[in-house]
Amino acid sequence: MARIAGVDLPKTKRGVIGLTYIYGVGKATAEKILDQAGISHDKKVSEWNDTEIIEIRRIINDEIKVEGALRSEVQLNIKRMLDIACYRGLRHRKGLPVRGQRTKTNARTRKGKPKTVANKKKATK
Amino acid sequence: MARSLKKGPFVDPKLEEKVDKMNQKTDRRVIKTWARRSMISPDFVGHTIAVHNGKAFIPVYVTENMVGHRLGEFSPTRTFKGHAGNRKDKKK
Repeated sequence: MARIAGVDLPKTKRGVIGLTYIYGVGKATAEKILDQAGISHDKKVSEWNDTEIIEIRRIINDEIKVEGALRSEVQLNIKRMLDIACYRGLRHRKGLPVRGQRTKTNARTRKGKPKTVANKKKATK
Repeated sequence: MARSLKKGPFVDPKLEEKVDKMNQKTDRRVIKTWARRSMISPDFVGHTIAVHNGKAFIPVYVTENMVGHRLGEFSPTRTFKGHAGNRKDKKK
């Protein structure tokens, strides 16, 4: 059982993949962490011994921002944009895509479930 | 988004000149500008700059947080008043 940064890692997975269960650690970061700790990428999470776990914990603690701290940083960045009322902030406020994507169609991730408009004319064939 | 660091930030030369002059005299007048693409440099803080949006000048009071953004980001070019028959939007 390895518990790092407040997250339980899956015991049966390879180390690189297991680390990506932490918010803020993707594959690239996971590889970097393991290289720095001198642990093989293929070693399963359950095979790490205590010193290795401690080393990984130390690297994550000292060098990268994960989980709560990272989440709050992202929220602060968004809040800053909302406060200064720049274009990106306005898009956040309206819940529309921020980075210039089209909104005539798609953009469902930001807009949420499709809302049907009553009496909207269907395109005639 | 990405611009070579080598080049440094783009600040409209004429606008920068005007701000510099006003800074020396501690003058605080509204500057009209069309230079939407100009980056906001730290010198601009505290000034009010009227940024053209294609139709009118929108006064933008520059605060510290805005440094590094571009002037155009604070002067929206589109007006969306809501869809027809959407009463909720009109109240806002």
